[in-house]
Amino acid sequence: MDIAVETRALRRVYRSRNQEVVALDGVDLRVHRGERFGVLGPNGAGKTTLIKILVTLLLPSSGTAVVDGLDVVRQFRELRHRIAMVSGGENVGFGMLKVKEQLWMFSQFYGMPSTPARRQIAELLERLGLSEAANRRVSALSSGMRQKMNLIRGLITNPRILFLDEPTVALDVGAARDVRDEVRRWMAEDASRTVILTTHYMMEADELCDRVAIVNRGRIVAEGTPSELKQRVQHDAIVDLQLSPGTRLLDALRAVDGVAAASVAEQDGIDRFSLQLSSDAALGGVMRVVEGSGRQIRGVQKREPTLEDAFVKLVGRGMTEEEQG
Amino acid sequence: MSHPSAVRIFLKTIAARAYPRFVSSYRNRTWLITETLLPLIGTIAMIYVYRALHAPSRYLGFVVLGGVLLAFWQNVIWAMATQFFWDRGAGNLELFAMAHTSLAAILLGMALGGAYVSLTRAIAILLFASTLFGVGYTAAGLLPALGVFVLTISALYCLGMLLASLFLFYQREAWQLADAMQEPIYFLSGFYFPIRSLGAFVGGLGSLIPLTLGLDAIRQLVLPGTPRFIPIRWEVLAILVQIAGYALLSQVSLRYLERQARQDARLILRST
Repeated sequence: MDIAVETRALRRVYRSRNQEVVALDGVDLRVHRGERFGVLGPNGAGKTTLIKILVTLLLPSSGTAVVDGLDVVRQFRELRHRIAMVSGGENVGFGMLKVKEQLWMFSQFYGMPSTPARRQIAELLERLGLSEAANRRVSALSSGMRQKMNLIRGLITNPRILFLDEPTVALDVGAARDVRDEVRRWMAEDASRTVILTTHYMMEADELCDRVAIVNRGRIVAEGTPSELKQRVQHDAIVDLQLSPGTRLLDALRAVDGVAAASVAEQDGIDRFSLQLSSDAALGGVMRVVEGSGRQIRGVQKREPTLEDAFVKLVGRGMTEEEQG
Repeated sequence: MSHPSAVRIFLKTIAARAYPRFVSSYRNRTWLITETLLPLIGTIAMIYVYRALHAPSRYLGFVVLGGVLLAFWQNVIWAMATQFFWDRGAGNLELFAMAHTSLAAILLGMALGGAYVSLTRAIAILLFASTLFGVGYTAAGLLPALGVFVLTISALYCLGMLLASLFLFYQREAWQLADAMQEPIYFLSGFYFPIRSLGAFVGGLGSLIPLTLGLDAIRQLVLPGTPRFIPIRWEVLAILVQIAGYALLSQVSLRYLERQARQDARLILRST
């Protein structure tokens, strides 16, 4: 199968006066042409570093990376017209410009003739429901509209490989869905197009990606289709436990015999624990720990495993735990 | 889609990057006060100093012409050389760098867009101050002076590209560096007095900045009695050499420092 992206022993070290931070530590990756490939990992895992190397903005410390058949270190100039990158929360461009002007400006950096570029911009604005905002100043856009505009910026040059770095971060449900829908539609138009996506949202990766790699501390800890990864926790019983706030409980729950993995996320004043139990019998031990903590049980639910459960099992913690430090 | 030629991309990039500057000056006209009226006051203040000292009338012309070229120097230093620093903060630098274009074209576009404002400022200073204080110029020297002006500005923007590549490397310090350079450059270039007053050594040092020689040549051409630093033809020749030299150096420097910036993660905002 044709390869869109391949890295071998890719390593990147950031050096400052006092310290060395290994952001990528020997990443071997292979993305096939036509794939929607997700890179998942907590903050600081190395996802963005990987993307920045692949889009030629950063040099690897060692190892190789080949994108669309071109070496990112030596052939970066030839590569640049074949790729595009859109990052979440992007605030790029010039607030004084109108939306259509800003998009035209970026198209010119790739030498696009103005008339087809303007036509294509109008079509994409229409597709993403932004036609009415075409003459609005960029500074007046909501974050959702801005991100749709950023996505259009990534698409107008017709890249062969599109890199999306957390493209739906901080977007409302509707805007995030529109972005995902457009990515799917764009991919469906041409089988040779490839998308590489980093995301915090497991549901997004599950829904959008053909294959995913889970990155932790600069290394790929697992790779496969979302269903393959979910199968890794298929034999576990997944239990969601909602508890009132209280003293730290996560370590005590992880120590219970039969608890394969556990993570916690706070939502609406309730601590939502997700437990992977190697057998139902482990639930008894869990309940004893909860009773001992004095916390009140607000809900218990057994459910089917998700990609997030696979992530927790592989990484050892949930995505939000890392974010909260 | 057929792949556009490098020249086409270069020219389109210049036009596209100039566009926001041009449009913002049209949509937000407060610059007419900040960029035209206020510098005019500065030039007028210096004219009053010479008048108070009963300096010959050509000295008023020195100040007016200095004020005209000062507008372009400030455009180069603030709108070109330090621009990558601001663009990096906004996240634009990433997209400029990974676009299929050259950073030199981006810089030239920035400069061209900013030159519109500088040109307005320069014309305002030239017309208002000359009319207000009765500064006269030699008609025969106007056309050659215009030619020298074009060459000087070309050399200046080539120097601007070189500085931008250096400032790309120095990042945050670039702002302070530009600020620190401002007054010494005013002095060394002889913006408000003939450069010959500084002597051969300091004048020669100042001549590394294209404005110094350009300004001296223009003054010689349109203000009779200007103390000559060196003959005009040598000044023009030196400016031509500077155009070639700074253009070449800026290209080498941009390429080298872009690679360094990729290595040191200076093009990107986030590093993990």
